[in-house]
Amino acid sequence: MKNKISSSVSRIDTPEKTGGKASYIADIKLEGMLHAKTLRSERARARIKAINCPNLPEGYFIIDRQDIPGKNSVKMLIDDQPFFADGIVNYIGEPILLAVGPEKETVNWIIENTEVEYEDILPIFSVDEAKDPAKPPIFQKNNIFAEYEIRKGNPEKAFEGSHRVFEKEYRTGYQEHIYLEPQGVIGTYDDGRVTVYGSMQCPYYVKTALIHGLGWNEDMIRVVQTTTGGAFGGKEDYPSIIAGHAVFAALKTNRPVRLVFDRAEDIQSTTKRHPSIIKIKTALDSKGTIIGMNVDITLDGGAYCGLSPVVLQRAMFVSTGAYNIPNVLVRGKVLATNNVPSGAFRGFGAPQAIFAIEMHLNSLAENLKMDPLDLKKKYLLKKGDPTVTGGKLREDVKMPRMISLLEDISGYRKKKASFHKKNARDLRGIGISLFLHGCAFTGSGERDKIKAKVKLRKEDDGKVSILVSNVDMGQGPQTTLRKIVSKILGIPFSQVLYDNPDTDRVPDSGPTVASRTVMIVGYLLSRAAEKLKTEGKTEVTEEYIQPPYIEWDQENFIGDAYPVYSWGANAVEVSIDPDTYEIKVESVWGVYDVGTPIDEQIVYGQIEGGISQGLGYATIEVMESREGGLMQRSMTDYIIASSVDFPGAEKRLIENYYDYGPFGAKCAGELPFVGVAPALAAAVQNAIGVPIEKLPVTPEYLLEAAEGGN
Amino acid sequence: MEINFILNGKGVKVKTHPLRRLLDVLREDFDLSGVKEGCGEGECGACAVLVDGELALSCITPVGSVEGTSVVTIEGYRETAKYRALEEAFSATGAVQCGFCTPGFIIAAESLLSKTPRPTPNEIREAISGNLCRCTGYSGIVEGIKRASERGEGLW
Ligand code: FES
Ligand code: FES
Repeated sequence: MKNKISSSVSRIDTPEKTGGKASYIADIKLEGMLHAKTLRSERARARIKAINCPNLPEGYFIIDRQDIPGKNSVKMLIDDQPFFADGIVNYIGEPILLAVGPEKETVNWIIENTEVEYEDILPIFSVDEAKDPAKPPIFQKNNIFAEYEIRKGNPEKAFEGSHRVFEKEYRTGYQEHIYLEPQGVIGTYDDGRVTVYGSMQCPYYVKTALIHGLGWNEDMIRVVQTTTGGAFGGKEDYPSIIAGHAVFAALKTNRPVRLVFDRAEDIQSTTKRHPSIIKIKTALDSKGTIIGMNVDITLDGGAYCGLSPVVLQRAMFVSTGAYNIPNVLVRGKVLATNNVPSGAFRGFGAPQAIFAIEMHLNSLAENLKMDPLDLKKKYLLKKGDPTVTGGKLREDVKMPRMISLLEDISGYRKKKASFHKKNARDLRGIGISLFLHGCAFTGSGERDKIKAKVKLRKEDDGKVSILVSNVDMGQGPQTTLRKIVSKILGIPFSQVLYDNPDTDRVPDSGPTVASRTVMIVGYLLSRAAEKLKTEGKTEVTEEYIQPPYIEWDQENFIGDAYPVYSWGANAVEVSIDPDTYEIKVESVWGVYDVGTPIDEQIVYGQIEGGISQGLGYATIEVMESREGGLMQRSMTDYIIASSVDFPGAEKRLIENYYDYGPFGAKCAGELPFVGVAPALAAAVQNAIGVPIEKLPVTPEYLLEAAEGGN
Repeated sequence: MEINFILNGKGVKVKTHPLRRLLDVLREDFDLSGVKEGCGEGECGACAVLVDGELALSCITPVGSVEGTSVVTIEGYRETAKYRALEEAFSATGAVQCGFCTPGFIIAAESLLSKTPRPTPNEIREAISGNLCRCTGYSGIVEGIKRASERGEGLW
C-alpha cells in the first residue's frame, strides 16, 4: 500500500524559479563589487619560470599565491592541491592567479596580456604512463593516490580449482556535469569577517577550506549557499577552490569580489567523472557455475587527489554488482596524471563498476548460451547474503518482483526472441541491467567523519525553521524535508521554513552528497520533529546515531559498507542504423526500490533526469583528453541530450520500508543514473551481436567493433 | 550608439555599443536577471527572450539588432495570464528542478503555443529542442506545456 507521505505536492520553489525571480549567484549585485578572472595554465606539466603582467590600470589588482594568508592548499582528503599554482602547474587549466577590478573587459585584458614563461616537465597523460618509472611522478613516489584490496572467501583457491576462466576488460570515458548554471562565488570582507556566497553542495566543506586557506578562526568565516542551478557532484569540492580565490581577492581589495565562470572556463577547469579501466576474470567450474571472481579497477584521478580515494572505494564496494559471488578479490587503484582532476559525479564510481560487471555477465551468459537475465537471477543477492565486503544484507531484497514487473512492462522476453530472428538491415536490440546503490556515506563514515547535526526551531509566529546545511540544487529537499517535518508536527507545509543554508545560522548536517539528504538528514529531522512535538521545547538539536546493526572495519574494508541499499532494474530498447551505426533509443523502462518515496513526483523527476544523463553518458557525451587538453571545450562540442534525443521513461516504484529512514525512505538521487549505461550497452550488444566493452558507445566504436567481429 | 526598443511593453533607450550582447544589456543595464546565461553560445536556450513575438537567444543577439522591436523577457511575460497557466502546469507536472533553464523554457513554450495552440507531444519536443535541461530529462516539461495548452482555455 502506498504510504500517505508519497503523494506529490507542488514543489515550493517552482513559482520563483519559473518566473525568473530566484537569485542565482550571477544575479547578485553588491555595492562596489569587483570582477575577477583567472589566469590558467596552458601547459599540462611545467615549472613556472616567470610571470609578466602588464602595467595595471588604477583600481586593478593581481591576486596570487602570495596573497594567501594561510596555507596554499585546498583542504580535502589529502592537501595536495594548491589554491594557486605553487611554482609548478600540473594540468591545463590550473589556476595561477586572478586579475580583479571594476570593469570585466579590463580584467579580461589583463589576463590576456599576462605572459607566463614555462619550463616543461615530462608529462603523464594516461594511467599507463603513470606507472612508467621513467617519468618523474606527480604524486609522491609512485603516482598512486589510493590503492586498496578487498577479499571475500578464498579467491586463489577458487581460481586454482576452476575448470576455465572467462576474462574481459572494460573502459569508460569522461563525463562532464553540465549543470546548467556554471560555477560561481562572491567573496566579501567586512568588519574582520569574510563571507562567501555561492553555488554549492557543501557549505561546510567550503568553510573548512577557508579556515585553512586563511589560517583564521572559524567564527570569522561565513558561507551562504545561493540558489543552485544543478550540481550532480560537480559542486561538491570545486567551490572550495574558487571560494578561496574570491575571499583572498576581497581581503586584498577590501571590496566584494565576484568570480563567475563562463561555460568554456567551467568545462575546461572543473572536475569530471573518472575514466576507468576495469578487468574482470571469472572462475567457472565444469558446469559453468561461477566459483570465483577477480576485479581490477584503475581510475584516472587527474592532477590532484580530490575525492578520488572515496570514489574508488565506492566503485570497489559495488564491483560485483547486485550479485552474491563467492571468492572474490577486488583490487583498485587511482593514479595521478596531468589531466584535469576527476571528481564527484552522480553515482561516484558506481556507474563504472556496474557497467563492467553487467557487461561481463551479459557476455558470460552468451558464452554459456543462456539469457543474461537468467544467469543474473541465479546469483542475485538476497536477504542474509554476504556482500563483497563480507557485510550482511539485512533488508528484504525485492529484486525478483521488480524484475518480473520489468519483464512485463518492457516485453523483454518476447522482444528478445523476435530480435534474434531479424535480418542484418533491421538492427534492433533490448537489454536489461540490474543494480544497487549503497545509501549515504561508506561504513561508519556518517558516525566517524560527518557527525551530522540538525536543528528545528519554533519561531515566535508559530512557524518552524529547519536548520540544516544541506542544499537544494534541484533535487528537491526544500520540498521533501519540509514535508517530513510538517507531517510529523501536523502543521501545514507552508508553516515550515527552510532558507538556503548559511553557516552562521545552521549546524553542520553534512554535505549534500551520496544521496544522503533525505535518508540521513531527513531522518534526523523526523526525530527532532517528534521531540519538538512531545517535549514542548522551542528548539531541538538532533545528532546522528549509527543504527546499531552496522559493523565496519575501515582499515580492512570488512563489514557493512553501507547502512542499506536502494535497488533498480532498467530495460532499454534500441534500433541501430545499419549504415551509420547511429543508435536510436526506442524505449526505456525502470523499476526501483528507494524505500518509501517522500514525494513520488520528485523521485520520478530524479529517475527521468538520471536516465537522460545515463543515456548521454552511454552514447553522445564524448569527452576526450589529448596530451592533457580536453578536446571538447564548449556546449557545441560536448553534447548533452535535448528533448528530441531520447524518449521519456516508463517507471515504477516498489515500496520497501527502511527502519532508519524518515517514513521508511532510502536513497534515490544517484540510483537512477547507475544502471542506464549497461542497459543501453546490452541492448546494442543484442542488436549487433558483438560485445560492448567501452563507454560511450559511439557509431565509430560500433563500426570498429562490428567489423572486428565479422 | 543609441538604441531604441520596447522592453516588456515600455519604450527604452540605451546608449551602448551595438554589438554588445542583448543578454548583457538586459541583465546589466536593466537588471532583468531572469534571463540566464547557461552557455553564451546559442546552445542552451537559458537566455531566451521574445523579439517581436519570435524566440531569440539573447546571448547571440547583438543589441543593435533589436532597434525598433518589442522585446519581452520572463519579467514582462510573468505578468500575463498565459504565464500563470504555464506556471500552474509546470508546477503540476514537476517540470522544474534546479530552475536555471526554466524561464527559457517558458519563453520557448509561449513561442510554440502562440503559433500552435494545441501541440502534440512530438511537436512540443521539437519546439523546445533548442533549450537544454540537465535535471529533468524533459518529460515533466513536455507534459507541462501540454497541460497548459489544454487548460489555458482560450489563452492561445
Ligand atoms: S546562454 Fe544563450 S543559448 Fe545558452
Ligand atoms: S531544471 Fe535544472 S537545468 Fe532544467
